[in-house]
Amino acid sequence: MAIPAHTPDDTFVQLLTPEGERVENADFPLDIPDDELRSLYRDLVLVRRIDAEATALQRQGELGLWAQLLGQEAAQVGAGRALISGDMAFPTYREHGVAWCRDVDPLRLLGLFRGTTNGGWNPADHGFALYAIVTGDQCPQAVGYAMGLQHDAAENAAMVFFGDGASSQGDVNESFIWASVFNAPVVFFCQNNQWAISEPLERQTRIPLFQRAWGFGFPGVRVDGNDVLACLAVSRQMMQRARDGAGPALIEAFTYRMGAHTTSDDPTRYRLDTDVEAWRLRDPLERVRSFLHKQQLVDDGFFAELDNEAELLAQRLRDGVRALPDPSTEEMFAHAYAEPHALVERQRDEYAQYLADFVAEDA
Amino acid sequence: MSNDLKFCLPDLGEGLTEGEVLRWLVAAGDTVAINQPLVEVETAKAAVELPSPYSGTVVALHAAEGDLLPVGAPLVTIASDVDTDGESGISPSDSVSAESEPHEGTGPLLVGYGVTESATRRRRRVGAPSPHGTERPEAGPPGEPVKPVRHGGLEVGRAAEAKFADIDASAVTARAKPPVRRLAKQLGIDLADVRPTGRDGTVTRDDVEAAAALQLAGKTSDGAARTVDGDRREPVRGVMRSMAAAMTESAATIPSVTEWVEVDVTRSAGLVDRMKGLPEYADTKVTPLLLVAAACLTALHREQRINAVFDAVAQEIVYRGAVQLGVAVASDRGLVVPHVGDAAALTLHELAVALADVVSRARSGTATPTDLVGGTFTITNVGVFGVDGGTPMITPGQSAILAFGAWRQKPWVEGDQLVVRTTSTLSLSFDHRFIDGATGSRFLRDVADILEEPALLHLWT
Repeated sequence: MAIPAHTPDDTFVQLLTPEGERVENADFPLDIPDDELRSLYRDLVLVRRIDAEATALQRQGELGLWAQLLGQEAAQVGAGRALISGDMAFPTYREHGVAWCRDVDPLRLLGLFRGTTNGGWNPADHGFALYAIVTGDQCPQAVGYAMGLQHDAAENAAMVFFGDGASSQGDVNESFIWASVFNAPVVFFCQNNQWAISEPLERQTRIPLFQRAWGFGFPGVRVDGNDVLACLAVSRQMMQRARDGAGPALIEAFTYRMGAHTTSDDPTRYRLDTDVEAWRLRDPLERVRSFLHKQQLVDDGFFAELDNEAELLAQRLRDGVRALPDPSTEEMFAHAYAEPHALVERQRDEYAQYLADFVAEDA
Repeated sequence: MSNDLKFCLPDLGEGLTEGEVLRWLVAAGDTVAINQPLVEVETAKAAVELPSPYSGTVVALHAAEGDLLPVGAPLVTIASDVDTDGESGISPSDSVSAESEPHEGTGPLLVGYGVTESATRRRRRVGAPSPHGTERPEAGPPGEPVKPVRHGGLEVGRAAEAKFADIDASAVTARAKPPVRRLAKQLGIDLADVRPTGRDGTVTRDDVEAAAALQLAGKTSDGAARTVDGDRREPVRGVMRSMAAAMTESAATIPSVTEWVEVDVTRSAGLVDRMKGLPEYADTKVTPLLLVAAACLTALHREQRINAVFDAVAQEIVYRGAVQLGVAVASDRGLVVPHVGDAAALTLHELAVALADVVSRARSGTATPTDLVGGTFTITNVGVFGVDGGTPMITPGQSAILAFGAWRQKPWVEGDQLVVRTTSTLSLSFDHRFIDGATGSRFLRDVADILEEPALLHLWT
C-alpha cells in the first residue's frame, strides 16, 4: 500500500503562488476586496517588524528570550483574521501575529519575555488566551473551552495553535479525540514549520500531518502556510463550519521557521543553509507585495508609508519596553483567585510587611 | 544633545554567564544606526550578532576579539545622537501605558534581563519578625545573608495550616469545587449562606440545589427573569413561595410517573345525590370529593405502599401508621394542601365533616400550620376547574397524589351499547423509586372500581 508522497505542492490549498499569481480553488473560494488585501499586507509587514525588533531587543539585553515567527507571518495573520468577535484563540508562545490580529499590544508580549508579567493581557478582553509555554497543553484547554461554547449554545468557535513538534504530544492527541467525540467547535491550527527545535519533521510523522485528522474522525486540510489568502480562506471556512455545529477540523499550515527556535537556539548547528534559501523563495510577504504591485492595487506611496509606519512601531516598542513597570508584589496575589480570599489577603499583607522590613544600605 | 551610552554584554540565552567576542563589525569613530550589527559573540548556546541599541558614533570598544567576557561587562560606548524621550509610533487600541517609573538604578544603560546590580543594596533589618511565623533560623553576623532552613513540602504546608488556623472561618469564602461554584452562581445562591454537608466542610451540588429550592423566589435556573417595557413584576410571597419551593423540590427529588384511567362514576354520582338528601348529612357538604376520598382510603388500605415514603438516606421504606389525607385547595392566596388527620379512622360522615372543615378553613385563610404540613397522601380536584386530568406533582414528603377531573356526561360503551354515562378521569402520580407500575396501577384501579361501584367500600373494608 502506498503512503502518500511527502510533497506539499501536490496536495495543499494555495490561492496565491510564490510569484504572486492568483489561483482559484473550487473548495476554498475567496472573494476579497482590495482594501482588505492591502490591510492583510500591512499586518504581515508590521508583524514581521515586531518580530525583528523583539529579536534585536533580546540581543540588546532587554528581553530574556524571544521566540521568532519569521516565515510564519502568513499562517498567523491568515488564521488570526479568520476569527470573529466571541471566538477564542489559544496560542503557543510564538503566535505574535495572531496576537496582533486580536488587538493585543505587542508591548504586552514583550512584557512576558522581559519577565515583568506572567501573563500580560486579559484573555477575555481579546479572545486570545495567554501564551502557553508548555508544549501542547493549550489544546485540551481549547477543547474544553469549545465544549463550554457548546453548552452555552454560543455561535462561536475556538482555534488552537500548535506546531509539528506538539503533534506528537499526548495532550494534543487526546484533544483530537475529545473534540471529535463531543463534536466540539474547535479548529486545530498546526503550523508545520518543519522543525521542533532541532528535530526535523520526519521524526514526528510518517504521513502528512493533516491526514491524521481522518483517523480521529474529522477533516484535515493542508494549506500553503506562506500564502496568507489560502490560510485566511481555509481558516474562515473551517471556523464557520465549527460555529455551525459541524465539529472540529485540523488545518496544517505548511510553512518554515526561517529563524531560530528561540533566541537561545542556533539552527546553523543542525540544518543546511540551502534549505533555508529554498524557502526564502516562498516568502509570505513578497508574493502579496508582488500581487498588489502587479494588479496596481497600490499607489507609489503605499510601501514607503508602510515602511515608515513599521519603523514608528519599532521605535515605540524600543522606548516602551524599557519603560515597562516592574510588577508589584501585590499582583501575584491578585490573580490567585477570581474573588477576594481572606487567606490570600493575609498572606499578601504579611509578605508586604516582610518586604517593608528591608532597609537600604550603601553599596 | 549627545550623551555617551554604554552597551554591556547581556545574558543572551536564559542563564548564561559569559560570552566570547568573535568579531567586531564596527570600529571606534564609526557611525551606527539602531539595530545595526556591532559585534559577533559566541556563547555556550549560539553565535549571534548583537544589534546596536543606540544610534550615534562609536566612542570606544571595551573588548578585543577573542576576549571572554562575563555577562554585564561593558562592550562598547556609543555617543548617542538623539534624545530618547517620549513615545511615538502606532499601537493597537489596547496600548500599554508606559508612564510608570523606569527601573530603579538602571538609568539609560542596559536595563533588561540579566543585570541585577542596582545602585543601592538592601538588607533585612535585624530582628524583624519573620513572615514565616514559627521559628526563624539563627541569624548570622549582621550583613550576612540568612540561609533558610530547608523544609519538606509537607512540613511547610502543615506549618502554614497551623499558622492560619485562627482565621475566622466565616471570613474565608465557602469551600466548593468550581462546577458547584458555577451552579451556585447560575442559581443566584450565595455559597456563604449554604450549609455545607460535603467532606471537609465543602458545599456540594446537592447543598446548592437544596438551597436553591428553598430560596426560589421568582427566579429561573439561569438567574433573574428579564423584563421589557409593559411587563409587570409581582413579589412572590407566602403561599406562592411555599408552592414554588415545594414544587421545585418535588421535581428535583422525586422521580415520578403518572397514570390515568377514565371511570364511569354514574353510580357514585347517584350516591352523592342520595346522600345530599339524607338528614344525617344535612349538617355538612356532600361532594364528589367525599366519595373519591373514601375510595382512596379504602384503596390505600389495600396498597399500603402508596401511603409510605422513601427514605433515600437510610435506603428504607417508611410505612405511615395513619393516613393524613391531604386535599389540594385553591385559595385566594394560592395553592394550599391542608389535611385531615388519621382519615382512615373516620366514619364516612366524620370524613365529610372534616373535609368540609379543612377546605373551608384553607379557603378562608384560617388553616392552622398543623393542617398544612404532615400529609401522607394528597387528592386534588381539578374537576372544579372544568378539566379532566393532568400530571399532578407529588407533595415533598409524600409518595402519591391523585387528581380527579370533572364529572360529566359522556358517551360510554356498555356491552355493545353506546350509552350516556357520568364519567371522570383519575390521574395518579407516584414515586417510582419504590412504587412499581403494578402497585400504582392496582391502587388506581381499586379507586376506579370503587367509584364505579361504591358498594365495594363496604365489601373491601
